[in-house]
Amino acid sequence: MSRLPRVLLLLASALLALMLATPLWRIQLIAPQYPEGLGMEIRAQTVHGEREHDLDNINELNHYIGMKRIEPESIPELRIIPWAIGVLAATGALVALLGRRRLLWAWLSLFAAAGVIGLVDFWRWEYDYGHHLDLEHAIIKVPGMTYQPPLIGSKQLLNFTAESLPAIGGVLAGIAFVLGVAALVIASRAARRSRAA
Amino acid sequence: MSPTRRVVLAVVATAIAGGAFFACRTVPATTLAGGDAASKVYVPPGSYDEFYSFMSGGFSGQVAVYGLPSGRLLKVIPVFSQNPENGYGYNEESKAMLQTTFGSIPWDDSHHPELSMTDGVPDGRWLFINANNTPRVARIDLTRFETDEILQIPNAAGGHASPFTTPDGKYIVSATRFSVPIPNTDVPIESYKQNFKGTLSFITADQPGKMDIAFQILMPGYDYDLGHAGKGPSDGWFFFTTYNTEQANTKLEENASKNDKDYVAAVNYKKAAACVAEGKAKTFPSEYDHNYTDPKSRIATVEKKTSVKLLSPADCEGVAYYLPTPKSPHGVDIDPTGEYIVASGKLATVIPVHSFTKMQKAIADKAFEKTVDGIPVLKYESVLAGEVQKPGLGPLHTEFDGKGYAYTSMFISSEVVKWKLGTWEVVDRIPTYYSIGHLMIPGGDTKKPFGKYLVAMNKITKDRYLPTGPEMAQSAQLYDISGDKMKLLLDFPTIGEPHYAQAIPASLIKDKQVKFHSLAENKNPDAIRSESEGRITRNGKRVDIRMIAIRSHFAPDNIEGVQLGDTVYFHVTNIEQDWDILHGFAILGANTSELILQPGETRTMKWIPTRAGIYPFYCTDFCSALHQEMQGYLRVSPAGTTVALSANVSKKAQQQISAPAKAR
Repeated sequence: MSRLPRVLLLLASALLALMLATPLWRIQLIAPQYPEGLGMEIRAQTVHGEREHDLDNINELNHYIGMKRIEPESIPELRIIPWAIGVLAATGALVALLGRRRLLWAWLSLFAAAGVIGLVDFWRWEYDYGHHLDLEHAIIKVPGMTYQPPLIGSKQLLNFTAESLPAIGGVLAGIAFVLGVAALVIASRAARRSRAA
Repeated sequence: MSPTRRVVLAVVATAIAGGAFFACRTVPATTLAGGDAASKVYVPPGSYDEFYSFMSGGFSGQVAVYGLPSGRLLKVIPVFSQNPENGYGYNEESKAMLQTTFGSIPWDDSHHPELSMTDGVPDGRWLFINANNTPRVARIDLTRFETDEILQIPNAAGGHASPFTTPDGKYIVSATRFSVPIPNTDVPIESYKQNFKGTLSFITADQPGKMDIAFQILMPGYDYDLGHAGKGPSDGWFFFTTYNTEQANTKLEENASKNDKDYVAAVNYKKAAACVAEGKAKTFPSEYDHNYTDPKSRIATVEKKTSVKLLSPADCEGVAYYLPTPKSPHGVDIDPTGEYIVASGKLATVIPVHSFTKMQKAIADKAFEKTVDGIPVLKYESVLAGEVQKPGLGPLHTEFDGKGYAYTSMFISSEVVKWKLGTWEVVDRIPTYYSIGHLMIPGGDTKKPFGKYLVAMNKITKDRYLPTGPEMAQSAQLYDISGDKMKLLLDFPTIGEPHYAQAIPASLIKDKQVKFHSLAENKNPDAIRSESEGRITRNGKRVDIRMIAIRSHFAPDNIEGVQLGDTVYFHVTNIEQDWDILHGFAILGANTSELILQPGETRTMKWIPTRAGIYPFYCTDFCSALHQEMQGYLRVSPAGTTVALSANVSKKAQQQISAPAKAR
């Protein structure tokens, strides 16, 4: 591979490493009583409130509908994700060093698979929180109502509008993937040109 | 004459004078507020006012916070009076705030709110206010709108000339309206002239929790009425008005109105502080209380103080001078440049204005008329800058717009008079409804007035609002002073009696507001931080119940084992960490107020049950959809019962106790 795709790939790896220090996803809850909103940030290692007590207050409100408490220590994935991102960043850098197009293919496939698995898992957790309610102790029971927040976009959940969007880390992942694809396209074109010549 | 008759006479005189004045007016009242007045005071729903205005509650003892220009009441801050609405002065944590050497006092008369200053302009940190009856000064924290500190003033009665601040915020003052024997002992009232003295107290006020009397100056036995600090060139001086220089002790209405001139006392407080530092003041045994609420525990404690530094002017040459001033002056107000000292003689036909430059020259030239108790009296003509002629009737107070104009309230003629500094000519006048006392321009007593509005505070409202029986609310009127002519914009009733008010741009305060108290930093020894810590303990006849409040339950909520003869303490902690989520607590038959619990706060109710039975308790502050379910029961059994002490926590809490580590 020529220099440009390698640089792009190194950049993609750097962005992936940055994901470890930035929030990946953000869920905002806005209600008449909460015009300032309650916010939840999902990071590679943890889930926390956007402001100091937001997560406690979200959990406090969720007890009315029988949703289980959102507690980062009970989500095993949060122990795996930082490693997954780290491995992806490291292997990306390694591919850049080795400069083999086939490895780049493999790496991009791994990246895509990890992304899809991550999003499916995230959705699964949202589904779990939103559907598996403790109806015995739930105070507010609306027949047929579930409380799954959207993966991307906004949705009305009783008095709250839940808005879920990628945060900086999520955007960085997207850019890293685009950079990886760009590296592959450039490398492939260069290979085709050299073959034609 | 009885106070009632005096009041009646005063009202009759006011009505006659006011009637005579209004008889000359041709402007119908209905046209006085017109044009675009409504749009100038309309603050749309969801929008904020431009100014916070702090109005004294007068005989309510509190401070009311209004938004300007809307006139909306934002909050009542309890200060010198018990406040069952939130438990201030009733719950165990705040009781000490109302402690004095006379015991606990549930009420006082608050007169003058004063914003803390840095470099002669309000800094938005604190608000001070005085108690007039049992002299005290209070400091209110403006990040919480709560009274944090109250200092009693010894050797004083009627703390009226208070709590005006120095431009650097180092001192606030409190001067005695009533002269009394010092120390206060049993003497014939007739011996007033020999035995009665006044004091001017300088209070260090620039450090929270450390308010103290730096020194007191012992003055001749006059009535000291109001005061203001100098600024700019007159920085370092304080000016106080006096009346009753006749030293009458009976029928003051007549006997204290004989002299054509009383005095403005000019006090060089920096010199006084230097004399005190040089050891020229006596250490004078004096008992007084200093009450302070620690912001971490939110528990008030009383510190007993035992002496003050008392300075006699005769022992500190040049510390004080008297400026003759017609007649029974009330307000003394210093213009923004610090050169002019405006004294408003209640019974004077002019408004005299003294010049600080001329005063200094008169002192240097020793242009003294006489000396009273070591205090030189300067000659009137030697200090006078000018007189405002025919200003109206009953001038009381003056504030400034920073554009070269002064605005004086006229009690008897019920109007505000605008006049020009330097030329002393009246340029505009506008009626008030009715009998204006103080007036206020935002920053109008500072180096840099914010101007724009003027608020008149009125004693009588009569026909201004729908009638509400014999007692009508007092009122405030808002005027636009941005143009040449003053314009009436708004008229709104107030709580208690707003003697005086101060206002500050909202931007200096609103972003510093505390939204909840950190539960992790709650230093109340009876605080608990989770449901599972809820418990009941007995120590002899004392039962302590530690309870949490959270949407929408108390834990514990079923309490048994209390016996007749027990004293029960409910220590309730609101464990919410969310803005404006408050809970309340009240129990059947309690002989005290409810508790109101701010988020993260612990409050304690003391309760001595008198009958066996079941006592429901509930949340009194509508907190959530299930607020009405936020309740519990306490069982009281006869003395010596075998009912075991028990306090049930909720199922959720029991789960927490049994499996704290497991994911829930």
